[in-house]
Amino acid sequence: MSEARKHILGAVRRSLKREQPTAEERRHLEARLADPQAGLIPARGRRPHGEQLDLMEEMLVELSATVARLPGEEAVPQAVSDYLKGENLPPKLRLAPRDDLRGLPWDSQPLLEVAEGIAEEPDSTSLTGAFAGIAETGTLMMASGPEAPITLNFLPENHIVVLRASQVVGAYEEAWTQLRRRFGAGVLPRAVNMITGPSRTGDIEQTIQLGAHGPRRLHVLLIEDGPGAAADETQTPAAGNGQAD
Amino acid sequence: MQSTSPAFKENARSALADQQLQKALQNVKSGFIGKRAKARARLPEFDDLRDAARDIKNHTLANLDFYLERYEEKVQASGGTVHWAVTAEDARAAILQICRDAEAKVVTKGKSMISEEIALNAHLEEAGLDVVETDLGEYIIQLRKEAPSHIIAPAVHLTKDQVEADFRHHHTDLPDERPLSEPTQLVAEARQMLRQRYLDADVGITGANFLVAETGTSIIVTNEGNGDLTQTLPKVHIVIASLEKVVPNLEDATTILRVLARSATGQEFSAYTTFSTGPRRPEDPDGPEQYHVILLDNGRSQMLGSEFEEMLRCIRCGACMNHCPVYHAVGGHAYGWVYPGPMGAVLTPSLIGVDEGGQLPNASTFCGRCEAVCPMRIPLPKMMRHWREREFERHLSPKAVRFGLGLWAFFARRPALYHRILGLKMRALARLGRARGRFDALPFAGGWTKYRDFPAPQGKTFQQLWAERQGAEKQNGGPGR
Repeated sequence: MSEARKHILGAVRRSLKREQPTAEERRHLEARLADPQAGLIPARGRRPHGEQLDLMEEMLVELSATVARLPGEEAVPQAVSDYLKGENLPPKLRLAPRDDLRGLPWDSQPLLEVAEGIAEEPDSTSLTGAFAGIAETGTLMMASGPEAPITLNFLPENHIVVLRASQVVGAYEEAWTQLRRRFGAGVLPRAVNMITGPSRTGDIEQTIQLGAHGPRRLHVLLIEDGPGAAADETQTPAAGNGQAD
Repeated sequence: MQSTSPAFKENARSALADQQLQKALQNVKSGFIGKRAKARARLPEFDDLRDAARDIKNHTLANLDFYLERYEEKVQASGGTVHWAVTAEDARAAILQICRDAEAKVVTKGKSMISEEIALNAHLEEAGLDVVETDLGEYIIQLRKEAPSHIIAPAVHLTKDQVEADFRHHHTDLPDERPLSEPTQLVAEARQMLRQRYLDADVGITGANFLVAETGTSIIVTNEGNGDLTQTLPKVHIVIASLEKVVPNLEDATTILRVLARSATGQEFSAYTTFSTGPRRPEDPDGPEQYHVILLDNGRSQMLGSEFEEMLRCIRCGACMNHCPVYHAVGGHAYGWVYPGPMGAVLTPSLIGVDEGGQLPNASTFCGRCEAVCPMRIPLPKMMRHWREREFERHLSPKAVRFGLGLWAFFARRPALYHRILGLKMRALARLGRARGRFDALPFAGGWTKYRDFPAPQGKTFQQLWAERQGAEKQNGGPGR
């Protein structure tokens, strides 16, 4: 369809009344693309890290997600069991294929059936990591890859996310910076999913209903693992913990 | 989609008489306005972000050729393909070809206004494909064979009783006696019905809220998660987007995203904001094997550089229609094509021509609420006025309107005559109406006095009173305190 391409770009240039950007203009445009500048970041996203954790939790709860703070990741299996029991859900789990999640003391929960891999029907509950937590709106950022199948975020009815306190940042822009560090400038994985609360719809008489097509429940296990990545320029979520190669 | 926009007046009249519709439209008035206001109040930087968002789009549009080329390069670098489409027909043909190459039988779709604009479903269905809308609202109107009546809430014109009746009519495999009167039950049933369809699909089609030149990424903003299942489970993902969706960087997209959901539903952020870049990588365990982007012009390149260029900033949040008294009264279907409300009144004539859509810019009281709430600060009333001018120039407005405007223009060009005649008329009306103080009928103004009385003038015109007052002030040596 190179004819169409030529036609459209030609029409655009005629409307812009120019053939090409001048060399000077092009330099500006290239520079703008190569060195992305953060725009106006709301004050809410610029608080100190400790306050960001509280904001993250506050926003999640407001979104009808639930949060449990854990002192360390070894407490995850117990917390998962407790959560499933409390919500009266089947004791079955589809786990993201990551070493750190695989290595947790699952033996301590003999009643819990744990399988790894992508989500399939009728998986009821998934457990994944996250790339980052963004406090300004209680948003979880997932970056797809071998250790982070996309389907785990959407197909099961219940989604449990292990989020380390060090992964929580204030504003979206900080997460972009970390993504660039992890994947390279101008490169993203197949899917970056920003998840802000459980699935919802207002399509019937504008009344909010949860669990339209994605997860009905979103439960975040917030691991309090010390000061944040945001405070330490050398530590990316990948290096710190999480979505390693 | 065949437009019925030229019949706006008739459409509006029947919409006003439709009791079900009027009941459903109450939800627009009571819901959206308050939620947006609350979200705005919670974010002190909101109005500054609107300025920033406007500036980003202006910059992008001024360099659209550069950013489109860069965007295409990045899509290719990540393993995807860009298909340029001049017209709706080109876009339909490209999509059908991709489906055929994939030997597709079932196609799932996330909500996309562009797909409505190019009447995609009918085209694919004619070719024998099974097309399934997965957004709940779109699914409902697909069952009813209707068009969306709102750009973010396609089924906002329906009550839950109507949806229940539709589900009972179409989901015949389910037991008759099942309870289905509550929204929760309706949502659960749609979830159940669509689950298998996601898994059956060979191709998934979504729209795009933004395209990012920096990374070759398409972005969708949704709440249900249907878009993500649609674009993740089938082996082919097709994105359909128009030219003006491109922005330079992820940071630029972020700034605009901060005003999008707040303006649309009053949410701080939509549940799912998804950034898709190319197909699954060799090492990925899931995701589509192919990623195609249909880049549609369909009239946009002509809007660029015209007095309608600013409309290309539109991010389809729906705030203008949510706040529009005309939309509140008649709903979206009366507008007769894909895009309703103030944004539709400006966009429709641009896309399907002033002959077809020229009625719509008249469907406004020029109250200005649309512009006041537009996150991209698009001067919608100004552009509706441009269309009215064009409609008049092209002799498309009705005879009575042309005659009236012609008469007014005659007097407006002769101010002395105008003041004389008006002064006489006001004195005459004042004398005639003195007894009752109002008129319930006036010659040539029946359309006006049919719905309200005309108060009797006091005898002098505004200009006369103004002149007298100015004179008095001059005598008193300045304005009164």
